[in-house]
Amino acid sequence: MLRDITLGQYYPADSVIHKLDPRVKLFATMLYIVSLFCFKGIAALLVISLFLFAVIRISKVPFKFMVKGLKAIMILMLITALFNLFLTPGEPVVSFWIFKITAEGAKNAVLMVIRLVYLILGTSIMTLTTTPNQLTDGLEKALMPLSKIGVPVHAIAMMMSIALRFIPILIEETDKIMKAQMARGADFESGNLVQKVKNMIPLLVPLFVSAFRRADDLAMAMEARCYNGGEGRTKMKPLHYENRDRAAYLIIVGYLVVVLLCRRFLPFPM
Amino acid sequence: MSIILDKVNHIYSPGTAYEIQALKDVNLKIEDGQFIGIIGHTGSGKSTLIQHLNGLMKATSGAIYFHGKDIYDEDFDLRELRNRVGLVFQYPEHQLFETTIFDDVCFGPKNQGLSKEEAGLRAFEALRNVGMPEELYYQSPFDLSGGQKRRVAIAGVLAMKPEVLILDEPTAGLDPAGRDEILDLVARMHRERGITVILVSHSMEDVAKYVQRIVVMNRGSVMYDGTPKEVFRHYKELEAVGLAAPQVTYLMNELKAYGLKVDTDATTIAEARASLLEALTGIDSQKNDFHR
Amino acid sequence: MGIIKAKQLVHEYIRRDEEGNVESIQTALDHVDLDVEPGQFIAILGHNGSGKSTLAKHINALLTPTEGSLWVNGMDVSEEQNVLPVRQTAGMVFQNPDNQIIASVVEEDVGFGPENIGVPTEEIWQRVEESLKSVGMLEYRTHSPNKLSGGQKQRVAIAGVVAMQPKCIVFDEPTAMLDPNGRKEVIRTAHELNQKKGVTVILITHYMEEVVDADRVIVMDQGKVVMQGTPREIFSQVGKLKEYRLDVPQITILADLLRQSGLDIPVGVLTREELVGHILRLAQVEPPAK
Repeated sequence: MLRDITLGQYYPADSVIHKLDPRVKLFATMLYIVSLFCFKGIAALLVISLFLFAVIRISKVPFKFMVKGLKAIMILMLITALFNLFLTPGEPVVSFWIFKITAEGAKNAVLMVIRLVYLILGTSIMTLTTTPNQLTDGLEKALMPLSKIGVPVHAIAMMMSIALRFIPILIEETDKIMKAQMARGADFESGNLVQKVKNMIPLLVPLFVSAFRRADDLAMAMEARCYNGGEGRTKMKPLHYENRDRAAYLIIVGYLVVVLLCRRFLPFPM
Repeated sequence: MSIILDKVNHIYSPGTAYEIQALKDVNLKIEDGQFIGIIGHTGSGKSTLIQHLNGLMKATSGAIYFHGKDIYDEDFDLRELRNRVGLVFQYPEHQLFETTIFDDVCFGPKNQGLSKEEAGLRAFEALRNVGMPEELYYQSPFDLSGGQKRRVAIAGVLAMKPEVLILDEPTAGLDPAGRDEILDLVARMHRERGITVILVSHSMEDVAKYVQRIVVMNRGSVMYDGTPKEVFRHYKELEAVGLAAPQVTYLMNELKAYGLKVDTDATTIAEARASLLEALTGIDSQKNDFHR
Repeated sequence: MGIIKAKQLVHEYIRRDEEGNVESIQTALDHVDLDVEPGQFIAILGHNGSGKSTLAKHINALLTPTEGSLWVNGMDVSEEQNVLPVRQTAGMVFQNPDNQIIASVVEEDVGFGPENIGVPTEEIWQRVEESLKSVGMLEYRTHSPNKLSGGQKQRVAIAGVVAMQPKCIVFDEPTAMLDPNGRKEVIRTAHELNQKKGVTVILITHYMEEVVDADRVIVMDQGKVVMQGTPREIFSQVGKLKEYRLDVPQITILADLLRQSGLDIPVGVLTREELVGHILRLAQVEPPAK
């Protein structure tokens, strides 16, 4: 159950998308998100869909994996859809009891669900084709200018990559502690909210103790391997742009321009 | 008859690329009062198996009966089953969470619905049974040494007074003295309280010394099931699947191959010594029973 | 001077209460002397809390002596400027395989050490490949550590240390959390590094079977070195080892019991072959021709 979370799970495959510089993928994901929230009109939606599914195809990641990420936000999606459906003001089309559905509401609900689904699919492509380490490397290098004004960019990137490495371990550990406490008769399901929070103590205390112990061990292991902050470090996999990365930058900027042009000139029928 | 497993299968992530059959048609009868060792290497299904015995995991197919009742029946109380079948996980000290040792041991009995007083009595008894010094009862469990933490964790399950006690590698990570102390403690529980004990272990030597019956798991199936002597007769087959019989079994078999009249069924040091002395000197040392 | 030399080494863990007053002092190392020659395979035995891990952490400059001194390759570990060179000379493998792997891909983790000490990119790749090969994990280079077995993870951790090209590696109970197969993998790897690369190995363990092939065994108890010698010399003292809460390989115990029962078997029998030989001699059966 806890293991089904795809976010941050790398899917190894040999594709152009996998080989792209992580900075390109970060930038592209950002522009893609922008496009999702400013598009207008069926033409733009078509462009976005085409782009998204083309990229999924090129990435060689099975569609099944992408859909897995959607399950986690099912409830969020449902709530958003219902809110939009019932709470958008306008001319009611259907109404019963205190509920009324407007045409705008129905449209907004559908749009919102599409946006959310596309958002998850798009960001999943990034996390599925980029190892967490590449991702943090990309962030580190992209944000390096900030270190001049005193932002500890290297430290933040290191923390992120370690967090990503330990998330699966801690998830497994949570599972194990939960079972062990259930074997001692613990109940994590029934009771009201206060009761439920109280019932979590036998799970949370051991989990924190373990996380601190791991952190302690890891800090020592890093020191033992001469880790001394970012100063004087070299890189095993230094980032530098290749032609395909430059091409990708062009494509993604071109994509956003097309979406914006659609918004300007073909904003119907929405 | 306490627990019966009838053709139990367990499949992880069925229908996906990660599908793994962890248990394959496992049939097992666990009689009351037995001391059983479960052996197998990592991934053989032994941990999955024991989690079925107290209902923490549900079989993909097959049935499990506890005292004749199907535990997958709708009106079967799984919490009651967990009260009666105590499971001590690997590194149980990682589950300690209360501010005092005493409170931590009370957690199980309180979940059983016992009053504060009754739970306290149970905790006292369990802590005394695992040999915790009384002056430590109200200290934080986090200040204890590794071996002591583990005792407290075991006491936490003993306090629930289970009829069956399952321990998943209770000696992992302990030093030799700590290991012997824990195993002696478990053996004493079995002897004095008559509870059924199931010990999951990697160490053939430990298992040979303590248990009455060994179940060997391999790739999700029961490979052998019998007394230590019966099982270790298959030492060559065990070797082939990456397991090993106790060192003395090899010694005795080698000597036998050279024509010595030694007992190849010896699985413990004491038995090997007796048989070797008899073969070499003709003296039957069994008469003055020896304890190592 | 040997590669590792300790002179009257003392380490005290001092616990203070909230006001900073000393609550308790625990002497973890009590005037330890040690001299390790380059290329040796040294095993340190001791029960939990005997001070062996504390000693290990000094060799890697993770702890500094309270009193006395410790030199690694002639460098005093108490001196601040020596800390990084010492860690480069003496690498360390820890107990929990999960808690010492930093990266999410095997090869990136092995490259972590060389990155830290500023090795040029191309050389990092060479070193990573070489070290993964030396522990037999090259085919797993692009795998995630989470999917590996305990023994494999531990070998990745060893490769991570080897990639820093240390003269000495300290193994701090590397097998305590592994199953028998994983234990064998790790011990075999340690011996190979010692024999093929001439790396000085200090193996800390409480599994007696693992020290049978060491050049020298050191037994610690309550922060002191209490026994020192070849495995045979150490294992011939079964009673004394038990006093220190240690045990002895089954074969050695059996041989010892048989000797006590009046059979003519020498002290300190270590392996099954030896015991078979002695028993065949006593039974006047031709020993196996090899």
